[in-house]
Amino acid sequence: MALGLSAQVPFSRIENGAREPQNWLTYSGRLDGQRYSTLTQITPANVKDLELKWVLQTRAPAEPNSKYEATSLVVDGILYTVQPPNVVVALDAVNGRIFWTHAYTPAPASRPCCGRINRGLAILGNTLFMGTLDGYLIALDARDGHLIWSTKLGRAEEGYSVTVAPLIVKDKVIAGPAGGELGISGYLSAYSAETGKEVWRFNTIPQPGEPGHESWGGDSWKHGGGSIWTTGSYDPELNLIYWGIGNAGPDWNGDVRPGDNLYTSSFIALDADTGKLKWHFQFTPHDEFDFDATQVPVLTDLQWNGKPRKVVMTANRNGFFYVLDRVTGEFLLGKPFAKVTWASGLDAGGRPIRTGHSTPQGSIVYPENQGATNWYNPAYSPRTGLLYVPSWMDTWSVYTSRVEPYQEGNWYSGGSATHNVPGIRPGLVTRRLPELAWGAIQALDVKTGDVKWQFRMTDVTDSGVLATSTDLVFAGGREGYFYALDALTGAVLWKSMIGGAVSAGPTAYAVEGKEYISIPAGNAIFTFGLREQ
Amino acid sequence: MKHTSLLCATLLTVMGMQAQEVHGVSPADLERGMQLFLNNCAGCHGPDGDLVADVKLGSGKFRRAQGDNDLRGIIQRGIPGTPMPPGTYTDDQAGVIVAYLRSMTSSARRTGLKGDAGRGKAIVQGKGQCLQCHRIGSGGTVSGPDLTGIGGMRREVDLEQSLIDPDAEIRPDNLTVRAVEKDGSKITGRLMNMDTYSLQILDGGSLKLRTLKKDSLREYEVMKKSAMPSYRDKLNAQEIADVVSYLVSLKEPI
Repeated sequence: MALGLSAQVPFSRIENGAREPQNWLTYSGRLDGQRYSTLTQITPANVKDLELKWVLQTRAPAEPNSKYEATSLVVDGILYTVQPPNVVVALDAVNGRIFWTHAYTPAPASRPCCGRINRGLAILGNTLFMGTLDGYLIALDARDGHLIWSTKLGRAEEGYSVTVAPLIVKDKVIAGPAGGELGISGYLSAYSAETGKEVWRFNTIPQPGEPGHESWGGDSWKHGGGSIWTTGSYDPELNLIYWGIGNAGPDWNGDVRPGDNLYTSSFIALDADTGKLKWHFQFTPHDEFDFDATQVPVLTDLQWNGKPRKVVMTANRNGFFYVLDRVTGEFLLGKPFAKVTWASGLDAGGRPIRTGHSTPQGSIVYPENQGATNWYNPAYSPRTGLLYVPSWMDTWSVYTSRVEPYQEGNWYSGGSATHNVPGIRPGLVTRRLPELAWGAIQALDVKTGDVKWQFRMTDVTDSGVLATSTDLVFAGGREGYFYALDALTGAVLWKSMIGGAVSAGPTAYAVEGKEYISIPAGNAIFTFGLREQ
Repeated sequence: MKHTSLLCATLLTVMGMQAQEVHGVSPADLERGMQLFLNNCAGCHGPDGDLVADVKLGSGKFRRAQGDNDLRGIIQRGIPGTPMPPGTYTDDQAGVIVAYLRSMTSSARRTGLKGDAGRGKAIVQGKGQCLQCHRIGSGGTVSGPDLTGIGGMRREVDLEQSLIDPDAEIRPDNLTVRAVEKDGSKITGRLMNMDTYSLQILDGGSLKLRTLKKDSLREYEVMKKSAMPSYRDKLNAQEIADVVSYLVSLKEPI
C-alpha cells in the first residue's frame, strides 16, 4: 500500500495550470514563468476595496540575515509556505489557520552565502519538496508534514546549500545547489519524486572531457561556482527545461579563470528526460561582477518580424533585457533597462562588448553588485505585451579583484564589491537620497525592449511581481509598501503599508469563488481580498 | 484470555508506583518532562533509558545520585569525563525531566514475552491491517499517527499499552474529531488545530486538509476515545510482543 504520488496534484494539473487559475501550483504559478493570473474578480475598478483578510506571523523573530523570500503554493484552499530558514507551514488559505508545521533545522555547518533563506516549495501528488540550507532536498507529505525522503546534494561544510524552489517536470524534481561564493562546482539534477534518487545530472561547470570544459583555464574549473538558486521554466511541447545559472567563482577575480567560464551566467536548455544540453546562451561571458543569470526564464510566443516565434525572455542582472528563440537559443534582442558601463552594447550575436572590469585597484562599474535586477521574479502579461521588472536604477559598485586561495568552506570571492545601496536592515529607514539610486517597477515592451513606464520608489526593491488579466500589477519594495499598479500606465491604484521589506513574489488564488492576493513581507505573510459588500 | 488478568495486575502495580513516586507532579509536568527527555536525552539513552551500558534510567536506581537534587544537577551540569554533556535547562525543566525519569520505573514489558520483529512486521503489514490507518516509511496512509521512527519516540510499555488499551492515553497529537454538518452529513478526521470559530482537520474520508467552521456544524466532538481498535482480542500475547518488537525497531525517522 504505497503512499503513491497519484493523488492531489498529478503532473497533468501542473502542466494544465492555466485551467485552474484559483491555484498556484508551482513557484511561478505555471510552468512558463510568467506569473500571470487569469482570475478576474479583482479589477482596476475595485482594487481600492482590498482589505487585509489574515496575517501569518513567523514562529519567532527573524534571525539576522534571514528574509522571507518564499513564494507560496496554493492547492485547493491550502496554502503552503516556507518561513526562514526551513520551516514549512500548511495553512488554510481563507483564514490563515495552521494545519501543520515541519520545522527543519539546518545543520550548524550550513554556510549560505547571502542569508538564511528559502525560496519555496514544489508539489507533486501528495508530496511537497524543499531544499535545505545544509544541502539536502527533502520530501514531505503535504497532508501532515511528515518526512518521506531526504537526498544530499552536497556537503554543507564545502558551502553547498539548497535555496531554490524546485521545479516539477513529469515525475521528476529538478533542483541544484547554491554556493557560488564558496567555490562549489554546480549542477542541475533531476530526482525521482518517488524515491529522491538522482535520475540525471547536468554539470553547470563542465568536467574534464565534457563540452565547454575548454572554457576554463588550468584547474580553475574545480571551484568554478555555477550555482543554482532561482527556479527555471519548462516547455511541455519542446520537452525542454530552461534554467538560469549562477556566477563564476571566484566572483570578482577573473584573471585566475581565463576563458568564458561556461555555463556560468548563462541560460541552459536541457532535454527534460535526459538532462542533455540542447543549447545555451551566456549573457556575461567571463563574469567579473557576480552578475549570475539567476532570473526566471519567461516563456511566451510572439509574432517576431511577422513570423511566430517561441521565445524565452529575461531582464538580466547585468542590466540588459534579452529575447531569445527558445527552440534554438538564437539571440533576437538585447537592450539595457538601467545604466550599464560594464559593456558598451551587444554584438549581433548578443555577446557583450566589454568596457568595464574588476581590477586590483578597484573600478567603478554600473550596475552595482546586486545588479539592475536580481532573483526577484518579473511578470509578463500576454494582454499588454509588457514584462514587469523589479529594477535597481543607476547603481554602481567599486569592483576590486584580489588573489584568494581556495579553502574548503571559506568565502571564495576573489576580491570585493562595494554597495552604494545598503543591505536590508531592521527599521525600514532610508536616508540615501534617491537621485543616487532608486528602485522601480519597469514595464518593458518585449518586442523592442523600450521602457513603456516606470513606477519609481525612493528605496530599491527585492519584491517579485504579479500581473493579472484584469491589467493589474502587484509588487512591493523595501519601504514596506505593497502596491497595485495599473498594468498599462504604472499608476498606483491601491497601496498598503505592511511594515516589512517585501522580498518575495505575490500569489493570486481563489477559494469558494473569492479571490485573494498574498504577499510575504518582513516576518509575516499578508493576504488581501475584496471587502464584503 | 489468560494473559489479560496478569497484565491488569501488573498495570495496577505500575500505576500505584507511579502515583507514589511522582506525587505532586501534574500530568502536564510529566508530559513536558517526557518531551524534553525524548528530544534531548533519548538520542543517547533511548526512549526506554537503557541504551547506555550500565545505565538504566527506567530502573529508578541511579549510581551517581542520591536524590532528585543530584539528578537535576547531573542533567544541568553533565558528568565531567563522560559523554554525558551539560544541558542548558532551567531548574523547572530539569525538575520535570527528573519527574519523568521517576515515572519510568515501569520500563519492564508487561507481557514479559520476547517478541520477534520480523514476525511483527508481517502482522503489521498483514493480519493487523495497521497500514490501513498508519504510515511506516513509504507504506500505509495518513489517517492515523505516523509510526515511522516510533521506536525512537515511544517506550515499549507505551506501545504495548496502545495496542491493548488504545483509550488509556491519547496523545494531543492524535485526537479525532467527529462532526455533523447542518445538512446531516458526518465528518471524521484528525484534529490538526482549532480556534474559537473553526477546527482544522485531516479529513478521514478524503484524506485532505480542511477547515470546519463551527457555526456551520450541527454538532462536533473531540473524541475521548481512540479511533484505533484494541488488539486485546485480535492478537494473542505473542503476536502483540512481536508487533511491539517491530515497532521498537523503527528508530530512524525515514
